[in-house]
Amino acid sequence: MDAILLQVLNGLDKGSAYALIALGLTLIFGTLGVVNFAHGALFMIGAFCAVTFQKLLTLSYITIDETRTDFLGNPLEVKSPYVEGWFGPETGGAIIDWAVPLAILFSIPVMVAFGFVMERGLIKHFYKRPHADQILVTFGLAIVLQEIVKYFFGANPIPTPAPDAFRGSLDFGVLLGFDPNAIIYPYWRLIYFLFASFIIGAVFAFLQFTTFGMVVRAGMADRETVGLLGINIDKRFTLMFGLAAAVAGLAGVMYAPINSPNYHMGMDFLVLSFVVVVVGGMGSLPGAVAAGFLLGILESFASMNEIKSILPGIDQIIIYLVAIVILLTRPRGLLGRKGVMEE
Amino acid sequence: MTFLGLNERDTRFLLIVVALTMFTPFLLQPFAENSGLAQFNAGYPDLMQRFAIYGIFAIGFNILFGLTGYLSFGHAAFLGVGSYSAVWMFKLLSMNIIPAIILAVIVSGLFALLIGFISLRRTGIYFSILTLAFAQMSFNLAYSVLTPITNGETGLQLTLSDPRILDPESITNSLPSTSLFGLEMNDSAQWEVFGRVFTFSVGYYVCAVIAIIAFYISLRIFRSPFGLMLRAIKTNKTRMAYTGLNTRPYALAAFVISGMYAGLAGGLLASMDPLAGAERMQWTASGEVVLMTILGGAGTLMGPVLGAGFIKYFENIFSKINDNVLHGWFAFMPDGLEDALITLIHPFVGKGWHLTLGMLFMLVVIFLPGGLVELGQRIAGLFRRRKAEDRSDDGSKATTPAE
Repeated sequence: MDAILLQVLNGLDKGSAYALIALGLTLIFGTLGVVNFAHGALFMIGAFCAVTFQKLLTLSYITIDETRTDFLGNPLEVKSPYVEGWFGPETGGAIIDWAVPLAILFSIPVMVAFGFVMERGLIKHFYKRPHADQILVTFGLAIVLQEIVKYFFGANPIPTPAPDAFRGSLDFGVLLGFDPNAIIYPYWRLIYFLFASFIIGAVFAFLQFTTFGMVVRAGMADRETVGLLGINIDKRFTLMFGLAAAVAGLAGVMYAPINSPNYHMGMDFLVLSFVVVVVGGMGSLPGAVAAGFLLGILESFASMNEIKSILPGIDQIIIYLVAIVILLTRPRGLLGRKGVMEE
Repeated sequence: MTFLGLNERDTRFLLIVVALTMFTPFLLQPFAENSGLAQFNAGYPDLMQRFAIYGIFAIGFNILFGLTGYLSFGHAAFLGVGSYSAVWMFKLLSMNIIPAIILAVIVSGLFALLIGFISLRRTGIYFSILTLAFAQMSFNLAYSVLTPITNGETGLQLTLSDPRILDPESITNSLPSTSLFGLEMNDSAQWEVFGRVFTFSVGYYVCAVIAIIAFYISLRIFRSPFGLMLRAIKTNKTRMAYTGLNTRPYALAAFVISGMYAGLAGGLLASMDPLAGAERMQWTASGEVVLMTILGGAGTLMGPVLGAGFIKYFENIFSKINDNVLHGWFAFMPDGLEDALITLIHPFVGKGWHLTLGMLFMLVVIFLPGGLVELGQRIAGLFRRRKAEDRSDDGSKATTPAE
């Protein structure tokens, strides 16, 4: 029982990342009808927002402390971050420590602006072109973004630690009455899951309970009619693109402490997220979220030793296998609507 | 003048291609050995072989994508399977490349039949995802569970203890090299003239001959009723279905043919260098052949070959331009301007060549959906129009007095 629970928990954090990226992909596909292969790159840029923010906070000036000497006997050069100079060592240190959560505030405007520029500058011209062209041009964009990040940040992963307070692990088993140390779960993964759930809930609430969301949903169902009613649907769809970019970016920011960001992380996630979207059903938001968590958990179950001893290698292919079976038996995906992308 | 069942225009086209392929060692070595531009010479055997092999790969991909419009994102799997089968043939049977290539084509054809049969049940992006999923599965399995066959991360290599039952027993302490009835693949002759060194390698000419045959077959497919049927599938599948025709066998045939081309390319890669690694099957490798085909011009005969050559040239030559080389070029400028210019260019050359490639690719998709071939046609069209305008001017002058 505790082993099963442990695998479910282990699957949740990866599942959260899949779900968030797939949600953004589906938002873009559902509203604009564009297959965005650059979405993984947006996730990667989000993670590098966290890296950049941390670097900005630790920008330092050098003072020479005459009273102390280093091991060569020269006066010691002390690096002190500007932030500590402005707010005092206590507050400043805390701000630096909390760089990743604070990077959320930094990344939202960056990502939304990025989404706007991308939609107005490039994607807009591809609405009328075939899906193959959309895939190709966004694939090209993903390569370009990835190379730009590689140029500025190098090819190696950059460690981006979580705040000190969350660095430990939670003995989750004790809360449920199991033996101590049976289920150990890192705090940050728990936070990532809660954060993802919050974002997903917020996006759904936004679409379901606001007038803006209602118009967007109407536009997803029938764009032309909404346009005939005198509503500027293009403007709202551009905003949705910005929102989707922000969702992908936030998923990236918070993922930075789990896996140190490197320039190709977006591509690694992209392939799996596309599988997730297709499994969930192209154009279905609940489907994308459900399939994200489902595949994350399935992947973690498949990596259990008990299962690997029966079916060797299953952990490597489970997601693709599920995708193939679902596509062949239920081409619309788990929760997809009829007639989407079935030409 | 027609032969091999081609009309006059295609015969001329094929002859030009044959001539270009045969004279590649000259054409790619235009700069003298000691000149500053010598690094742009691409006439060394390894790179020329790659041009031919990836040309074959892209020609095959084009038969599927260019004609039927099915965008496969998993073609590298067939290339990888071809490489593995070829290396196994070298290990078990003989170092002769003929059985290796035949097995590579057969195995990848069967593999393509299986994957194509399942994947072609869906179209559009679902087809792309299915092929991607199959290829990633093959890649992951080759890395993990199939290690006894693929040798996992190290890659499949020749060893001294391999049986090689057809080869005469010879006691040597070095690995044998691949050959074609005694002609060793890494043999080459050099010819120095006008300060240029031309290298003629056996391996390249084997690849070149096979590439020409592959090109000829694709030319025949393009001109055949079968090719016309594939184009019809691309244009309107529903209408084909309404005329009472089942399109799937045709699409499957195209898929298997292009899979066999990929297997042939994989077998040739292994023949030139008897090694096979799982990274050849990764989805980035599949993405590369998509880039080649689109960049050159999907659905055209020459396009994929041009695209393959372009990308391989970039990968091997453009990536070598570093800051020192740039300083050498712009040395005539004032220092400040020189440094500024180099800082500006630096991200795009050398290790950053992928960035240039990505940007070029985007530009091609946005402005030139027909690829490099369309660019050539447009430029040719510009000249022709100008000529035509001149002629019509003359004509109008001649006719006006008559009225």
